[in-house]
Amino acid sequence: MSIAAEATEFSFPHRHLLGIEGLSHDEIVGLLDFAEQASSVSRQVAKKRDDLRGRTLINLFFESSTRTQSSFELAGKRLGADVMNMSTRTSSMSKGETLIDTAVTLNAMRPDLLVVRHHAAGAVELLAQKVDCSVINAGDGSHEHPTQALLDALTIRRHKGRIVGLIVAICGDILHSRVARSNIFLLNTLGARVRVIAPSTLLASGIARLGVEVYSSMREGLKGADIVMMLRLQRERMSSNLVPSQREYFHFFGLDHDKLSCAKPDALIMHPGPMNRGVEIDSSVADDQRSVIREQVEMGVAVRMAVLQALARHLPNH
Amino acid sequence: MTMQAPAPDRDGRPTAPLNARLIDPGTGLDVTGGVLIADGKIVDFGPGVTAASVGDAQMIECGGHVLAPGLIDMLVFSGEPGHEHRETLSTTSRAAAAGGVTTIICMPNTEPVIDDVALVDFIMRRARDTAQVNVHPMAAMTKGLLSEEMAEIGLLRDAGAIAFTNGKTSLADAKMMRNVLAYSKDFGALIIHHLEEPTLAQNGVMNEGEVATRLGLPGIPREAETIMLERDLRLAELTRGRYHAGQISCRGSLDIIRAAKGRGLPVTCGVSINHLTLNENDIGPYRTFFKMRPPLRSEDDRRAMVEGIASGDIDVIVSAHDPQDADGKRRPFAEAADGAIGVETLLSAALRLYHDGSVGLVTLLRVLTANPANLLDLPSGRLAKGAPADLVLIDLDTPFVVNPELLRTRSKNTPFDEARLQGRALLTLVAGRTVYNYADQHGN
Repeated sequence: MSIAAEATEFSFPHRHLLGIEGLSHDEIVGLLDFAEQASSVSRQVAKKRDDLRGRTLINLFFESSTRTQSSFELAGKRLGADVMNMSTRTSSMSKGETLIDTAVTLNAMRPDLLVVRHHAAGAVELLAQKVDCSVINAGDGSHEHPTQALLDALTIRRHKGRIVGLIVAICGDILHSRVARSNIFLLNTLGARVRVIAPSTLLASGIARLGVEVYSSMREGLKGADIVMMLRLQRERMSSNLVPSQREYFHFFGLDHDKLSCAKPDALIMHPGPMNRGVEIDSSVADDQRSVIREQVEMGVAVRMAVLQALARHLPNH
Repeated sequence: MTMQAPAPDRDGRPTAPLNARLIDPGTGLDVTGGVLIADGKIVDFGPGVTAASVGDAQMIECGGHVLAPGLIDMLVFSGEPGHEHRETLSTTSRAAAAGGVTTIICMPNTEPVIDDVALVDFIMRRARDTAQVNVHPMAAMTKGLLSEEMAEIGLLRDAGAIAFTNGKTSLADAKMMRNVLAYSKDFGALIIHHLEEPTLAQNGVMNEGEVATRLGLPGIPREAETIMLERDLRLAELTRGRYHAGQISCRGSLDIIRAAKGRGLPVTCGVSINHLTLNENDIGPYRTFFKMRPPLRSEDDRRAMVEGIASGDIDVIVSAHDPQDADGKRRPFAEAADGAIGVETLLSAALRLYHDGSVGLVTLLRVLTANPANLLDLPSGRLAKGAPADLVLIDLDTPFVVNPELLRTRSKNTPFDEARLQGRALLTLVAGRTVYNYADQHGN
């Protein structure tokens, strides 16, 4: 039984999902519609489907992750696939094997779907060139994290009913964020107005050319925003002198009720997790009724089910 | 190909390439004529050198193709010693010969680093025994290229080091750079410097800007180059040392060089063939063969480099030939090795600038021959009586597609993989001896 009989018309014309950049409006909407259907599966008692029965899904994480990895694992299992998790600690990468050797070795085990996270931008694409299965990018360096952008869009759409015309403010460490890049590409493709808000040291060079409005003041940037999307600030940003201190960062860029009041009253609060309460987001804001952070996690499973299934349709013998 | 296969002049018989379009870039000479070669040197050249005038010399019919001084490539990394699996002096020299390059200047960042008299001697002897073209070693200006102690510049110079460099890194210590420039001046030694302010370039793997941002890669700002160049020029002005910026890559650097030359500073600079013919967009989906230092910049910067060649503000074109094995390149972009091979495709790629009308042929050949010869005090790089008969016969027009498998280099990391190029070396002579003949290689 398929998760969405009515969505079977949708055909995703790519073998891999390596990024949002390059996907068309219709392809993104198709994935979101598909994920919408999948979201109901997780709320049923009997969550197990057989769409991917007999398929092997390998989660290959060169960078530690709890939520993305478990989300893919659950998505695969709910669709009936056999799921194997590999992390760098257990793989021979830690013994100096190159990425390409790892890819070739894994490929010989004939997986159907490979979910990869790697600390280097472009690494997932490189790996995809060397394997026969479908590859899903679960985050490559500061480049892209496509399923995160999809789950964010799905969450937004469920609350606002649309993406087009919404003002979305992405706040924080834009420079290092793959979540920001994937969201910028996706939201622009679907017709949102995207703003980025960050201190100049955390803005990527030429970011405005990606089609965003750039702000260095939260109060200015949040004015009239429908969506406030916070990004995690890693502690090493302080040690590399991109911002002077956690205290100063929170003062100017942490989301508190005062800054939030500049956004629309019904603005959604989002965060890709894991959150640093008191660094980029005030604890009470994170738990505010406008916060959809927990729902993002739920939609994560749905989006990944949709992506896995969309790609599996291209696998041989299907 | 109507050209006859020339005989080597082992028997001491003179050789005479005839009916060529002779170009001497240094003087601007561009006439139809021939060259008479004996004992490895140019005896006579010009319109008067014809079949009737050369006696019993072995004649080479040039068929109206361009005959010019062989190219001098001032920036070549060879793997010898230490990385012979990437490239040896022998393989580099064969690639050079096939590209019409008759002299290569080798970088000292080998293993061990060329920072000692005995090692300079080693390179020169290995080159004499195994190389097909002239090889001159550069030596490290700091011991081990570690930027900590000055190398024995005087002794190294006497041993045959043609210039001094800090390899692929800038000497960040300004006081030490001042001392190196001042001290080397006493020996007339040329300092060739890489331009990269290390803290600004830190972690960067490509040009900073929109393309890097889209790819999620850390960028190297142009200012990492311009700041180092400005500093160096101030120190060159202070010390009056002989300074050459190894490779510039951006418009800002061209402006700085122009201004310095305008105030009469005797400084010079080079640009790599890559920065004249490629830009950051060529990286596309993380193609590591386009990863190099300095990084490929924007199209505007590339145009500036071409303008600099046309205007004479940039003095030399180098291949920046830098062989890397597959293991070094088949990695995620940020982790892949820097560098591209180029000595064999240097001439053909440079001819792109001639074919698209942006640089005249004589000007283009000048930055590949006479200018580097003058900078390095070499007797070659010119058509002159008594000069070494280092010559290249060039077919300007025949198009071809670069096939890495056919390149003579041991490593195949060419950014011109599958590129359409037009024009190539037909015949390369070093000291009158044929080291490459296209017709022999291609059986017609």
